[in-house]
Amino acid sequence: MSADTTSTAPLAAARAPALLRRHWLWLAAIVLALAIPWLFFDWSKGRHSGFALTMLSEIGLMSVFALSFNMLMGQTGLLSFGHAILFGLGGYCTAHTLNAAKAGLFWLPVELIPLAGGLGGLVFGAVFGYVVTKQRATAFAMITMGLGELVAACALMFMGFFGGEGGISTDRVTGQSLFGIEYSTPWQVYCLVVAWTVIATMLMRLQTQTPLGRMANAQRDNFERTQFVGYDPRMIRFYQFTLSGFFAGIGGALYVLVYEIVTFDTVAAAKSATALLAAYIGGAGSFLGPFLGTIVVVLLQSGVSLISNAWLLYVGVLFIVMVMFAPGGIMGIVARHEPIARMGRLGELAVPYARILPPGLLLVLGFVTLVELAQLATIGSAQNKSLAIGGQPIDPHNGLPWAIGAAMLVAGGLWMRREARVFRARWDALMEEAKARGLPV
Amino acid sequence: MSGGAITLRGVEKSFGATKIIRGVDLAIARGERHAMIGPNGAGKTTLFNLISGRFPISSGTIEINGQSIHGLPAHQINRLGLSRSFQITSIFPRLSVFENIRCGLLWARGYRYSFWHLLGGARALNEEADQVLERLGLQDRRNVPAGLLSYAEQRALEIGITVAGGADIILLDEPTSGMSHSETEHAVRLIRSVSEGKTLLMVEHDMNVVFGLADVITVLVYGEIIASGPPAEIRANRAVQEAYLGSEAA
Repeated sequence: MSADTTSTAPLAAARAPALLRRHWLWLAAIVLALAIPWLFFDWSKGRHSGFALTMLSEIGLMSVFALSFNMLMGQTGLLSFGHAILFGLGGYCTAHTLNAAKAGLFWLPVELIPLAGGLGGLVFGAVFGYVVTKQRATAFAMITMGLGELVAACALMFMGFFGGEGGISTDRVTGQSLFGIEYSTPWQVYCLVVAWTVIATMLMRLQTQTPLGRMANAQRDNFERTQFVGYDPRMIRFYQFTLSGFFAGIGGALYVLVYEIVTFDTVAAAKSATALLAAYIGGAGSFLGPFLGTIVVVLLQSGVSLISNAWLLYVGVLFIVMVMFAPGGIMGIVARHEPIARMGRLGELAVPYARILPPGLLLVLGFVTLVELAQLATIGSAQNKSLAIGGQPIDPHNGLPWAIGAAMLVAGGLWMRREARVFRARWDALMEEAKARGLPV
Repeated sequence: MSGGAITLRGVEKSFGATKIIRGVDLAIARGERHAMIGPNGAGKTTLFNLISGRFPISSGTIEINGQSIHGLPAHQINRLGLSRSFQITSIFPRLSVFENIRCGLLWARGYRYSFWHLLGGARALNEEADQVLERLGLQDRRNVPAGLLSYAEQRALEIGITVAGGADIILLDEPTSGMSHSETEHAVRLIRSVSEGKTLLMVEHDMNVVFGLADVITVLVYGEIIASGPPAEIRANRAVQEAYLGSEAA
């Protein structure tokens, strides 16, 4: 293997396709990330959609945050309820650094500004990590929750650093750039966010393959055993926590670059909860799970929230459904198909899947109808919102739409139960067969 | 006493008011295969936990390779060259079999808490882990999550994790418990080969294993040593027969 590192030209050319085959997912993700904004490009005005770019930037920075959260939860078995303090403090450090650079105290190109956030997250991660990593399991979760509240309270008390309720405003157009880019348009900032999201994600991915990353997994599986192979489980937790602080800080820095302001809600419990939701919905057991989860959560947060007041309710219901029926998240669902795919019989699930789709849709439709009627009848009416389907206005004080919604919900539920049984039978049969063939199930 | 691998002097351990270990003196020489037997509740596993630093001792001293372990946490005792297995299988269930063994090797090969080495490129380390797998007879199960192994395979893996780092003192807590006859035979061959040239201390209930493997046998009853010596001597010891072997032989 080592011989081909003396890469002659033909050898390098021969290796390129191999590299492509190994890393196609990364390349596809980058291409996709840079292509999607053009779908929303306003050709008549010749400019990008600010809304789409902000939403995509949010996906990027929040996925860095969620992945850093999962360095603790999925990889080390540490559930933190206060991870946002590292995200937010990284953000505050970034805002101050950006302001200092703008004021001419030193020269720091905008491209490297995320490192300031990362460094802030690293330092605070080490300080807080020293305290919290003495514990694990429930005690760890409780202490992180307390720390989260503590920092959120501090954010309103120490005006100098946190700027009180108003937060710290900043200006990313400092005129300092490695490539002569101004970062005055959302598109330029978005490209920077994509670049740093890719860098941070790759680094976190590589970290899982280091001795520390593997021992973090070992600590999660069986912390006591790590002591008897020479490791201090507390130090494993400490280093892992500190490193996850670095990446959370980068997420916070990207937040500041996108919004040019950082307020105390970046350190608040709700922010921590978002990372938890993303990791769970996407699947904490796999590296990319939190990334997928972030996409779902941000789409609900930014997209559905435009249409409905009840978006948070949908996030909550989705979370409950996932925890109950798919504790491995989206990636867990995918992984469970692996033995069937290896037998080459994934096609046999197409019909069962197609059959649960209509009752599933009916169920969701019924549920959404009821929720939307409820929110129209309550907060919606105060906001003068109204609902119309096909030009026909729907009155939430009329009994009929409620009856239709309830009927869809009940019918969908009953139909689903029947189809689910058929699906289950097919699934179990395939699994039995996989087991009989000695595939790990 | 000098040159001993493990030396215990007046070791006592109490849980609350109950004295579990009641003044144990024991010297295990380097390179010795030493078995500890005794009825259930005699304190064998507790003694293991004291020697490996899982619990602190109440009084007395324990020396590993001539160094007192007083106040040392378990991971530092491990770094002195003592490695142990557990009676109740203690592996890393979600990691692959290969990863389990490699985790047993990392500290011993100086990787510490490194987050700048990529393990995929650590060829010597990976080859060494594969060699351990081969000795265990688990190379076919290399990439299976350890939690999915059969019981006997998990017991073998447990021994593998324990010996992978090359510790010169090995403590095995009931390595063959719950195994079938043929599995036990396989385990004994494995233990014999991995403890070659090392100090072995093991707790075992299967008398065939004990008398087949051990150079020296110590009998622990109610937290006290009632006899210690070569197998033939122990077999002939009246007190041992009464306390323990008699009931087994009958």
